[in-house]
Amino acid sequence: MAIEVNGKTYETDEEGYLVNLGDWSEEVANFIARQENVEMTPNHWEVVNFLRDYYNEFQIAPAVRVLTKAIGKKLGPEKGNSQYLYELFPYGPAKQACKIAGLPKPTGCV
Amino acid sequence: MAAPEFAVPELKEYPVIPILKADAMAAAKPYVASAPMNEALGFPGELVADWEERAVAKLGELLQKYRSLKVYLDACVHCGACTDKCHYFLGTGDPKNMPVARQDLLRSVYRRHFTPAGKLFPKLVGAKDLTRDMLEDWYKYYNQCSECRRCSLFCPYGIDTAEITMAAKEILDAVGYGQKYTNEIIGKVHRVGNNLGLPPAALADTLEGLEEDIKADTGVDVRLPLDEAGAEVLLITPSADFFAEPHVDSLVGYAKVFHAAGIRWTLSSKASEAGNFGMFIGSYDQLRRIALRVREAALELGVKRIVVGECGHAWRVAYSFWNTLTGIGAGGNDPFALQLQKQLDQRYKQPSHICEVTYDLIRRGALKFDKEANDHRIVTFHDSCNVARGSRMGDAPGGQFEIPRAIIRAVANHYVEMAPGTTHEQTFCCGGGGGLLTDELLELRVKGASPRMEALKQVADSDGVNFMATICAICKAQFTKVLPYYHFDRSMIGGVHQLVSTAIRLGA
Repeated sequence: MAIEVNGKTYETDEEGYLVNLGDWSEEVANFIARQENVEMTPNHWEVVNFLRDYYNEFQIAPAVRVLTKAIGKKLGPEKGNSQYLYELFPYGPAKQACKIAGLPKPTGCV
Repeated sequence: MAAPEFAVPELKEYPVIPILKADAMAAAKPYVASAPMNEALGFPGELVADWEERAVAKLGELLQKYRSLKVYLDACVHCGACTDKCHYFLGTGDPKNMPVARQDLLRSVYRRHFTPAGKLFPKLVGAKDLTRDMLEDWYKYYNQCSECRRCSLFCPYGIDTAEITMAAKEILDAVGYGQKYTNEIIGKVHRVGNNLGLPPAALADTLEGLEEDIKADTGVDVRLPLDEAGAEVLLITPSADFFAEPHVDSLVGYAKVFHAAGIRWTLSSKASEAGNFGMFIGSYDQLRRIALRVREAALELGVKRIVVGECGHAWRVAYSFWNTLTGIGAGGNDPFALQLQKQLDQRYKQPSHICEVTYDLIRRGALKFDKEANDHRIVTFHDSCNVARGSRMGDAPGGQFEIPRAIIRAVANHYVEMAPGTTHEQTFCCGGGGGLLTDELLELRVKGASPRMEALKQVADSDGVNFMATICAICKAQFTKVLPYYHFDRSMIGGVHQLVSTAIRLGA
């Protein structure tokens, strides 16, 4: 499967996750977000950017608790919980935010 | 990709057997594993050209290897006792989700090739050729069975339906037609050490963060040690406990129990996974290879006890198979198994479930609780299928039912049982077990959860239940996802040790 953004084609898996992490760009992220019916706000970008930074360091998306803590520090303690992350990414913060951030899908019993 | 549209079953006041809807779930089909995923496990990369021949040969091999399989395929008299016992049938109405019909997909091919009557008069005895359509039905409908074995409980012949599903999955893998979710994950266990693909550095960072959280919450330094040689206990827990919510709250609970009891424990980055999807795909080889990681870690760390965290199928594997696979428990007789048996402290059950550990400490008065800390919760308990029907706990029959409940009663004031016939050995699967906890099967998962949701709604309406405790990572992830479809809050689901964590007194 593939997506086409600004005339360029990017390979994705069956579920729409980018196959090559290097293909990611803000345009690609916006495109995936639109497919997911997620309207990207600055707070969405905070999450996406944190995911990408963490992934660069640890080769895995952060645990939900790590993410909520980081977002709480950046956006205020009232937003540092998974409830808020579900508001941003209704299909589930781990999976949907990873997809938009161009990261592989977390697997297992999650 | 937007979630597929489908009708969520209406919850009724009492269970109703659905009207048959032929092929209602014929479109539900998990993604097929890619060639690299299959090849990493030693399976053909994609569907082989001579799949029919190879599938029949594999079935013949399994019949030789497992006498039980032959008995189960021969014994069914189509009495129908199992038909309305499957949560997927109850939720979907698809007749092929009646356990007997699901089994007959394999049984009919068995009769055609392995019984005299089926070879000579196939039509008279319901024997069928393995056509491409039949193979497709195998792939779809054996991937709509969570191997929960509720139907087996009602079978007068005691046919273990899950074993038939496992055989079918083993045959599918042997012809290069495996399922992505399970096979990708097993590959990650071998490459990285856990289902999640969580590398050691990330695990260490996550555990450190949790120690900070506990300190901030309680003011107490509770440790979550990693790879500490010489610890008494090695805790093997599902990697979801490190990553997901509400799973992580139970991990914090285990840590607090060990802290309060003064038990030196450790996690392992090599064996950072309790789950063993080798069982789901019916592969003894994978089951063993995954289990051996635990033995390696235990020998390296020199631990005296092995304790398993809240994971349903892992406990079945640990309780029923670890002994001969690894030497954790008696039965294994290779040199490493014998070495491990000598190393482990035989005054304790090897392995022990974390609930057994906690319950034992409670009985000895070693833990103290502020039960009112859980007063905002009215709790019920969802028995997980592999614990309920595939294992035991404690020293008495039924311990796997009584011990988790006894822990809940010790840490919370408000406890309510769901309807008989939906709990204990008759519990309903959450709808996501057996390697089906994948997004493309969401419709099946939502519909399959309906019998449990019905029972939950009854106690939510009658007693105000607002928390369903369980001891399985799959149950937790599955309910977190499907509860909102039934207008429940996703935070209603949590672990038994999450309740323990809330109420336990530290450092008193």
